[in-house]
Amino acid sequence: MLYARLILMRLLKAVVVLFMIVIFNFFLIQMAPGDPAAILAGEAGATDQEFLRQLRERFGLDQPLYVQLWRYVSGIAMLDFGYSYRQQMPVLDLILARLPATLLLTGTAFVLSLALGILAGSMAAARVKKPSGSIIMALALIFYATPLFWVALMAVVLFSVYLDWLPAYGMYTVGAGLDGFALVLDVAKHLVLPATTLALFFMAIYTRMTRASMLEASQQDYVKTARAKGLSPRVIQRRHILRNALLPIITLAGLQAGQMVGGAILTETVFAWPGIGRLMYEALMQRDYNLLLGIFFFSAALVIVFNIITDLVYRLADPRIKEGS
Amino acid sequence: MSFFARFAQNRGALIGLIILMTIILMALFAPFLYPDSPWRMVQRPFLAPMEVDGFLLGTDTMGRDVAAGIMHGAWVSLLIGLVSTAVALIIGVPLGAIAGYYGGLIDDGLMRFTEFFQTIPNFALAIVLVAIMQPSVTSIVLAIAIVSWPPVARLVRAEFMSLRHREYVEAARLVGQTNRTIILRQILPNTLSPIIVLASLMVATAILLESALSFLGLGDPNVMSWGYMIGAARTVIRQAWWLSFFPGLAILLTVLALNLVGEGLDDALNPKLSRER
Repeated sequence: MLYARLILMRLLKAVVVLFMIVIFNFFLIQMAPGDPAAILAGEAGATDQEFLRQLRERFGLDQPLYVQLWRYVSGIAMLDFGYSYRQQMPVLDLILARLPATLLLTGTAFVLSLALGILAGSMAAARVKKPSGSIIMALALIFYATPLFWVALMAVVLFSVYLDWLPAYGMYTVGAGLDGFALVLDVAKHLVLPATTLALFFMAIYTRMTRASMLEASQQDYVKTARAKGLSPRVIQRRHILRNALLPIITLAGLQAGQMVGGAILTETVFAWPGIGRLMYEALMQRDYNLLLGIFFFSAALVIVFNIITDLVYRLADPRIKEGS
Repeated sequence: MSFFARFAQNRGALIGLIILMTIILMALFAPFLYPDSPWRMVQRPFLAPMEVDGFLLGTDTMGRDVAAGIMHGAWVSLLIGLVSTAVALIIGVPLGAIAGYYGGLIDDGLMRFTEFFQTIPNFALAIVLVAIMQPSVTSIVLAIAIVSWPPVARLVRAEFMSLRHREYVEAARLVGQTNRTIILRQILPNTLSPIIVLASLMVATAILLESALSFLGLGDPNVMSWGYMIGAARTVIRQAWWLSFFPGLAILLTVLALNLVGEGLDDALNPKLSRER
């Protein structure tokens, strides 16, 4: 019961946020330079006055602003994100076709960065005043400062061009016609570089967060008790400190999800990964505003879904949190 | 201990300061060392680093000097990083101060607004804003500021909430100072040190964001930036890795230096807190 109400509340909040994004998008189109009809048409055939007139009529651009806003919002409520004239396909179909690839990439990068970040962070926390601990933190700081797209390009140079270990572009080998296990293996191979480079930055964040959180937890009284009982440092580290330090990390991980969707735009562009990030780059190159705003909406929706999931996980991990708090 | 002595105790911060000084000098001396426009073609294209005297980092696909681009790009990166952080502070500090000082419904409303901006994926929003406003230094600065003010507002709000019932604030209220005076003269000066630390880290993030935008082709077409250089060299990465390598290294070092300096400032401004870590 408690969960049902909780999920309902979160969904309601999500709908409000998405509604605001739709309104935001509407005003962005109004703000764009030039004729909104030309923008909606992706500027395709903008010289054709008759086409533009038809468009204006079809999108109601000859109507007052509030009527236009109403049409736009009710259109999106019925999952009509408009038409991409550049790609000659409805925006929704384009996005849905690319969504699984992005979910695979960001999901892999998320798990990878969280696992490695917590591992590195707890190692650094256990070695606070030792050089090995400082080296981990220095590496984390460097990864944190490295531009994502640059490390992706350098990974291509090193691992694909010079060492020739891994494929640099795409999601499958083109024209190989693989299926079953061979296909899975092929995709996995293509996934290694994009997922790892995307994960590096987030790994750095989780490493720093885990260390700080564990150092804080190690000051607590129950840790002193555990020490007084004569438990081995390793058991204290894992059972007493890490478990309690994990909670703030879960919260942070949820908040970082949005950044990961943003990062995917860069990695997908470099690796020609066929997800919505790459689609956004294509929309950008072609100034296909309709598609661009559709992807923007979906990326925000993705973040909200991610946040709700972490919220639920958090409550599962820490039953002390009651609803309403 | 003096402020600088505390700062210098953190060895990383000193290294960061030295790197940052070097980059600032690069930006300042770029017009003297490379008086030509960095866009001018000066040699054969695709020269490897040090292949020809005077072209330390080689030339790009159009025969432009990579070293000149990096020197001039330093100026652009620092400028955009600083100005967009300043704009983000101008948005975030008043919002946070009002929310934290008045509390209640005003606080609720402003925090919902802040949360909304925090939910939207930063980078995607920045891309959409620059694309719609058309790429220029102004639109890039605005877009970066719009996606980076929420943490400022949250920080300032938290500081104000903890300070607004202190005795000196109550005293100011008793002698009849207006809310405005109390906010500006009594509380705000006491929140400056965490704001300064946050701002130095925000400049670093802003530089990363700017480079990512220019990499995607959303840079100002009139100025040479590091991100643009990497983006333009992306298609020839197999033949000429150095075209992407050096500008990226410049971004990495600048962002790293700013983060180190930020940590040093944190140590120097909040000595009690940092000793516990």
